[in-house]
Amino acid sequence: MRFVDEFRDAELGRAVAGEILAAVDPDSHYKIMEVCGGHTHSIYKYGVDDLLPPNVELVHGPGCPVCVIPMGRVDDGIALAHEPRVIFTCFGDMLRVPGSTQTLLDAKAEGADVRIVYSPLDALRIAKQNPDREVVFFAIGFETTAPSTALTLRRAKTEGVGNFSVMCSHVTIVPPLRALLESPDLRLDGFIGPGHVATIVGARPFQFLPDQYGKPVAISGFEPLDLLQSVLMVLRQLAEGRIEVENQYARVVPWEGNLRALEIMSEVFTLRPHFEWRGLGFISQSALRISDAYAEWDAEERYSVPGVRVADPKACQCGEVLKGVIKPWECKVFGTACTPERPIGTCMVSPEGACAAYYNYGRLAREREVA
Amino acid sequence: MAELLSDRESKILGIIETARGKPAKFRDPHITMSHGAGGKASSSLIEGLLVPAFDSPSLDALADAGIVEIDGLDLALTTDSFVVKPLRFPGGSIGELAVNGTVNDLAMAGARPLALTLSLVLEEGLPAEALRLEVEAIARAAREAEVQIVAGDTKVVERGHADGMYICTTGLGHRDPRATLAPSHLRPGDRILLSGTIGEHGTAIMLARGELGLDADIESDTCSLWPAVDGLLDAAGEGLHCLRDGTRGGVASVLNELARASRVAMVVREAAVPVQPVVASAAEILGIDPMYVANEGKFLAFVEPGQAEQVLAALRAIPGGDAAAEIGEVKADPPGMVLVETAFGGRRVMDQLVGDPLPRIC
Repeated sequence: MRFVDEFRDAELGRAVAGEILAAVDPDSHYKIMEVCGGHTHSIYKYGVDDLLPPNVELVHGPGCPVCVIPMGRVDDGIALAHEPRVIFTCFGDMLRVPGSTQTLLDAKAEGADVRIVYSPLDALRIAKQNPDREVVFFAIGFETTAPSTALTLRRAKTEGVGNFSVMCSHVTIVPPLRALLESPDLRLDGFIGPGHVATIVGARPFQFLPDQYGKPVAISGFEPLDLLQSVLMVLRQLAEGRIEVENQYARVVPWEGNLRALEIMSEVFTLRPHFEWRGLGFISQSALRISDAYAEWDAEERYSVPGVRVADPKACQCGEVLKGVIKPWECKVFGTACTPERPIGTCMVSPEGACAAYYNYGRLAREREVA
Repeated sequence: MAELLSDRESKILGIIETARGKPAKFRDPHITMSHGAGGKASSSLIEGLLVPAFDSPSLDALADAGIVEIDGLDLALTTDSFVVKPLRFPGGSIGELAVNGTVNDLAMAGARPLALTLSLVLEEGLPAEALRLEVEAIARAAREAEVQIVAGDTKVVERGHADGMYICTTGLGHRDPRATLAPSHLRPGDRILLSGTIGEHGTAIMLARGELGLDADIESDTCSLWPAVDGLLDAAGEGLHCLRDGTRGGVASVLNELARASRVAMVVREAAVPVQPVVASAAEILGIDPMYVANEGKFLAFVEPGQAEQVLAALRAIPGGDAAAEIGEVKADPPGMVLVETAFGGRRVMDQLVGDPLPRIC
């Protein structure tokens, strides 16, 4: 595959790994958080962490938009899916995220009409094809996917598609990062910035990381070479005492972001005063709701959902795992109350979450770490 | 490295490993599509509910076919159901799939296919022409695989109940004396051979459903595997330890099942796994890994190291076998685990999926 394989070149990978080795102080331990779930996926898929020296540790961040949706909200989605005339549409990886009693996949097995779509526009198309049904799109994701939801809502309005609505659970990336950084016990040295989010919002919003918290950041692409190069950029900043936002993903990410996408987002969405994150609790101004101008297409206005908050068990320590304060196995519920089959916190929900990875790969993961 | 782990961490790892070593429990409140996808959910259904209920050593072996001994003659018996949608797809159709799928279950148990039974569940309203086409496809595939259809049954169900048609088969074969194949026969050192490019059948079906708005020239690989197995038995005899076709759940699921059944580890070199560029591209766009995509005409062979070269040559000599490759090796540790050396140069675990690979948002 042209323009893809070039970024997966093993020989270049070894060369960058060599430069990383040269950039680290062998007596220091580095913890770098990759914020985005897509990065975590690439790191696992290509074994990127295996090419890093043992004293460079990648901490998997809160940027998996599926895993951070709290149980109560998944329950609301499932309740909508069970409404008699509703076709409930969502992205594929939402299907297995557990609510308090079941997943959307279970709801489907019970007869709910749940369908996977690749784009919110597909959901709108289903609505137009089924005028006698109500189509709800469960919108999730960071700023990466929010513009496509916004565009779909604008089109629904323009075309007057009345049997379509959106249950908006879009979240924003900066507030949870701030929440992590505000913690006095944080143990992170730098950040791999989310390339897809930055494609929309630009690199500039991440300037607060060096300015206010003194942490270096490299906005990164998603291919294995991108990630290795970004790790190298952060390590070099640390070695040279520079603290700034670097843009490794300059082939896609403009400093100011995508202005048209930002414009349509501000037309269709407004900030929620606060939003609950699975494993992280309430974070103020961290999510989007549908603006009043589009209230007619807001599923939360159209239907009464249970809206019951299901608290994460008190013992869940996802926040501390994310901050790098504790290891997964040090969490009180790890491996007992919280397992990949019955996950509690965000770190266990995603197979790539720190806890699920540790649970599944156990000794192997540790061998790598202490090697 | 053990001394670097604290007591508490070792204890927790121990608890997890004990839990993993036990047969999967079936605890789900109802059947979901995951139970049919060949991953962990399927294993929990088979190993947690079905196998324990029937108390049969042949079932316990979790092979593609069971063995029945009659007067010193080893007969292999297997059964299968076909519920594919759409009925016809590039490279094949449900009828062809039913014959080849059943014949291949026998071949993977090292048995020469002899006879099939055929049960058709037809949906009210199915066009007669569609049925006629499938009957012809079945007859043609049976002729090519040199098996006879010796018994059959038909049922008709109301409209809306069977997606056009379902086909159920039983296959009878004669276990070949040249080798004794079993999922538990893998040994550390065995070489892992793959008979050709992977992912074509599953990708062809996904695209044929027309829901993805993707168009590509990909055909199902459905075919009878007995000729290839016959060739391998000649080339390696008892040096052949196990064969398994990478059907639902793909090659990755098969490797995991066998690693557990034989209590061994596997190391697979990703760069050595043959994938057609068009399949790789479709998988890239859909965000899925071809290793988990179904095949209907490709299999894995586990062979004693000394005979790997001969077996590979035999595989490549079979028409359409040019892409056959050695993709990895069986190891002792860690038992039950499949590791991949990625083409990029890292290592990772290739786990069994819970259910179907779901497209990712992030």
